[in-house]
Amino acid sequence: MADDPGVNPPARGLRARIQVRRGPLELDVALDVAAGETVVLLGPNGAGKSTTLRVLAGLLGCDRGRVEVDGRVLEDTASGRFVPPPDRAVGMVFQDYLLFPHLSARENVAFGLRARGTERATALGRADAWLERVGLVSCAGRRPRQLSGGQAQRVALARALASDPRLLLLDEPLAALDAGTRLDVRADLRRHLGGFDGAAVVVTHDALDAMVLADRLVVVEDGRVVQTGAPRDVATRPRTDYVARLVGLNLLRGRAVGARVDLDAGVTLSIAAPADGDVMVAFPPSAVTLHRTVPEGSARNCWAGEVATVESHGDTVRVVLSGPVTVLADVTPLAVADLGLRPGTPVWASVKAVQTSVYPV
Amino acid sequence: MTGPRHATVRSQSGQSGLPGALFPLAAVGVLFLVLPVLGLLVRTPWRTLADELTSSDSLTALRLSLECASLATLLCALLGVPLAWLLARGRFRGRGVLRALVIVPLVLPPVVGGVALFTAFGRRGIVGSHVYDAFGVALPFTTWAVVVAEAFVAMPFLVIAVEGALRGADARLDEAAATLGASRWYTFRRVTLPLVAPGLAAGAVLCWARALGEFGATITFAGNFPGTTRTMPVEVYLALQQDPSAAIALSLLLLVVSVAVLAGLRERWLTIPV
Repeated sequence: MADDPGVNPPARGLRARIQVRRGPLELDVALDVAAGETVVLLGPNGAGKSTTLRVLAGLLGCDRGRVEVDGRVLEDTASGRFVPPPDRAVGMVFQDYLLFPHLSARENVAFGLRARGTERATALGRADAWLERVGLVSCAGRRPRQLSGGQAQRVALARALASDPRLLLLDEPLAALDAGTRLDVRADLRRHLGGFDGAAVVVTHDALDAMVLADRLVVVEDGRVVQTGAPRDVATRPRTDYVARLVGLNLLRGRAVGARVDLDAGVTLSIAAPADGDVMVAFPPSAVTLHRTVPEGSARNCWAGEVATVESHGDTVRVVLSGPVTVLADVTPLAVADLGLRPGTPVWASVKAVQTSVYPV
Repeated sequence: MTGPRHATVRSQSGQSGLPGALFPLAAVGVLFLVLPVLGLLVRTPWRTLADELTSSDSLTALRLSLECASLATLLCALLGVPLAWLLARGRFRGRGVLRALVIVPLVLPPVVGGVALFTAFGRRGIVGSHVYDAFGVALPFTTWAVVVAEAFVAMPFLVIAVEGALRGADARLDEAAATLGASRWYTFRRVTLPLVAPGLAAGAVLCWARALGEFGATITFAGNFPGTTRTMPVEVYLALQQDPSAAIALSLLLLVVSVAVLAGLRERWLTIPV
């Protein structure tokens, strides 16, 4: 962070450093989002994602920190500056939308403009234009309880965008939708976020939502940023067990010496690209092969373990393997029958070197 | 086959679980509540009813009652809505005590309420004496005293109804409004108030009905002066001693008003607070 904002011209977008203690949560995150960029805060429940959004919106003050949007300081605990929510030019889409139940869809969308003093006719006209952009002209006169979940979500988005915010915050915007609606609404949301010229921060705990919506991912666990990067990088090179589980990869840690990795657990893997030092090794469950006896050939890449659980997973079967290292293996139903896999079965596991991804810790 | 049919018969009769001994008592209870109303209807001097109700004394008392009850309701709304908001949304120590204080007039004998109003706003009251010294005016025995007495007794009805409605309304809507640029006052007017409007309406009607029927506090604090403080209930009480048929006619009128209020509220009672 720039300690002296006078030296550089103020950056467009969000710059925030937030420290909050609330009950068991000790939140300490730094978040920079360029104008036009969409950053997704991804993390488990209770990680502090929603708290971060509430601080950015001004609904919650932080213990220490600074929030700046387009060079304008919204909160700075060092100087005691705090801009209350109505004066922030920050739009927020809440998890359950919080549409005003006594107002029609267009009155909901016009609310922000009316509250800021725009004349009624003008505000309603702009609300109609926004409803058209989200494809809901036909629902303009409906009350929120007459809208479907997907429609309510779009009204909430239009309402947040209508007063032209410089920072857009979305708290689990897709969580309340059923799977079918979610697909369409997610794609539309991506499109609207793409057309938004301010900074956008989306909170989710869903990996797919995150991958689709994010220009950049920020993974938060226990109040700390544990990984940040493009969705593709995070999805192929997870840095924590939580992220690995989320993107469906096995993640092991060890020490690389050339084309060999000694895992912390005492197992040795051979890898495709030579590396050195402390590394992480990621590979998909489909890269794991199970055997009843020690496989011939590359004895290096395999270890003895025990089947913990066996679960059908689409058209494959997912096996959780315990032993020196815990890994997931996807095998065919035929393999389950041939190998007689059931909880407690002793097996040998091997990993195909070409399917591993190795990167420094 | 037998089982389900048996169950259907039982559920149709619907009273199989009640001990039979309760029926006579319940019947007496119904009679106890209905007979006085019936008596009023039976003894109503239907032939002279129009004359009784249009006599100048009756009309004066009726007009005074309607005006005072309406003013008292306005006063209750003006003070009661903010008070309800404080009770529902405020976070401070002693909120429970405050709520108990608000409800006191509900359980206080109205005559005691009238005496209490004297000790506060009477010419020698703890507030009234200063007002009298400064401006030379005193509240008791004026029409405004009627309004104050009625408002004092009726306000809990409004506060409780509005507080319930406020608790039912999602406070996070206020946050949503704040992020949309709405000031607290704008949010109160455009979000909070419309959301509690049904509760406010129900509370106001109850409050108005209570104020209209107010007797004890009114006659104690405001007295009984024709045209200025003699409201309908007072008029009925006085008439009963001289001209019972007039008292019955006036009572019938108040009964009609009460029933109208009940009919208007029936729906509300079932729906508030959502």
